[in-house]
Amino acid sequence: MADHHDDLPRFCHPVSTKMLFGVFFGLIFLTILTVVTSAMGPFIGIPPALTFPLAMVIATMKAFLVCAFFMHMWWDKGFNVIAFLSSLLFVSLFIGMTLMDTGHYQETIDIFPREAEAAAAPVTPDATP
Amino acid sequence: MAVADTHAHEDHHDHHDHGEFIAHHFDGPEQQFDSGKLGIWLFLVTEVLFFSGLFVAYTLYRNHHPEIFDQAHIYLNKYLGGLNTIVLLFSSLTMALGVRAAQLGKNKSCGVYVLITMVCATIFLGVKAVEYSHKWDMGILVRSAFDFTYQHPEQTLIGGLSDYLVYLSIIPAILLVGFLAASVITKQSSNGVLSQFMLGLAITVGGYFIGVVIGYLFMAAKIGEPSHASIEQERPIALYAMTQEDGHDKDHADSHAEDKAGHEGDHAKDDHADHAHSGEGDHDRHDDAHAHQEPPEFDRDIGIFFSIYYCMTGLHAIHIIAGIIALGWLYWRSLNNHWRSDYFGPVDYVGLYWHLVDLIWIYLFPLLYLID
Repeated sequence: MADHHDDLPRFCHPVSTKMLFGVFFGLIFLTILTVVTSAMGPFIGIPPALTFPLAMVIATMKAFLVCAFFMHMWWDKGFNVIAFLSSLLFVSLFIGMTLMDTGHYQETIDIFPREAEAAAAPVTPDATP
Repeated sequence: MAVADTHAHEDHHDHHDHGEFIAHHFDGPEQQFDSGKLGIWLFLVTEVLFFSGLFVAYTLYRNHHPEIFDQAHIYLNKYLGGLNTIVLLFSSLTMALGVRAAQLGKNKSCGVYVLITMVCATIFLGVKAVEYSHKWDMGILVRSAFDFTYQHPEQTLIGGLSDYLVYLSIIPAILLVGFLAASVITKQSSNGVLSQFMLGLAITVGGYFIGVVIGYLFMAAKIGEPSHASIEQERPIALYAMTQEDGHDKDHADSHAEDKAGHEGDHAKDDHADHAHSGEGDHDRHDDAHAHQEPPEFDRDIGIFFSIYYCMTGLHAIHIIAGIIALGWLYWRSLNNHWRSDYFGPVDYVGLYWHLVDLIWIYLFPLLYLID
């Protein structure tokens, strides 16, 4: 919870030091957790298919902590919060729409022979057997 | 920022006569603060959308070519990346503490927190410079410049400093000397605040060299992937099949080198599985469908991963540099005791920007470094 200072103006909303440090250590914990689950995933029984979603979930938890408390969003005006969160909506639309569309061009790409391209531009040692 | 004229002072006695930095077109401190805050949030929205283009490139490319990401991520040291993440998170903490100090009108501690934030930012850049220069030494560049045939030079990393690292450090070195000199000169002309400001900037630039030393020690101590160290020291990178187990790397490279010489004789000393694998690779590496199932070699497009890597981390680094400049402005104003409970907006706004830069790194780190 933020400190209450009656002598401060309405828009001035200092967050308690205790809370800031708490959030910081939470973020450090999540960072270590994400490195450990990535490095040790196979050994501690996390299926490979889940490591990436897990890393993204942890990153989103960290993002929530930063946004809500470091960026004061928890106490901010609703309109600011909506404005910022709407950008995430548009990003997801951007990524989603492009992903849906991109598969339609794969056939065209596959038609192009890779051998011909490799011979034309012998940048890799593989291209000259 | 437009500074209030005398009318603002006269008109706003109800605001404790704190109108020094309240622009005349605002009713009062609160309206000014809220306007600025809305402005910075809208700016952050554009920043998110700006970065999202690169995230789209990343998502599409990873979606279509997961095998390239599997091959390429070995060259990113996840512990160094993790260290940088922690440095950036700590800078976010000090930034938040700085905002709190400014809200409470504690200019001196605000200045200290802002300075620590700037130093963390340059430490981050120093570590990044070590990472970048190390990759450039290994010929790991963007797609069009990727050097598959690069022979790893003896002197890199272990024997001496990377040339690229020296080039990258020229500007910070000049800045460090310049700020120190400016600090001494201004002290003699008894301009205490300016001298302190210059000293703070010198300390900030010094953080870069701290970061370089940390990153360098980290890499030299070979903390990170064991395969990373062995790959980079012994062989030109083109000869390695990146998908092999660590223990098989050397054997596999040997067998592969012989295969390349043009025959597929029996190599009794070689691991049979490895041998069969690389022989197959020789014939089929241009066969797309096959390569996707079982990439036997560096994919010719592995550089695209690094194109994306350099674009994303490079754009992020540019934001860090911009943040340092903005933080330097805050530091100057903290030294001049500008903040008070009804006027701390700039600290808050720069803080929000700084947290966004941190936020983007929070996603970049697992997306680039933690691919397994």
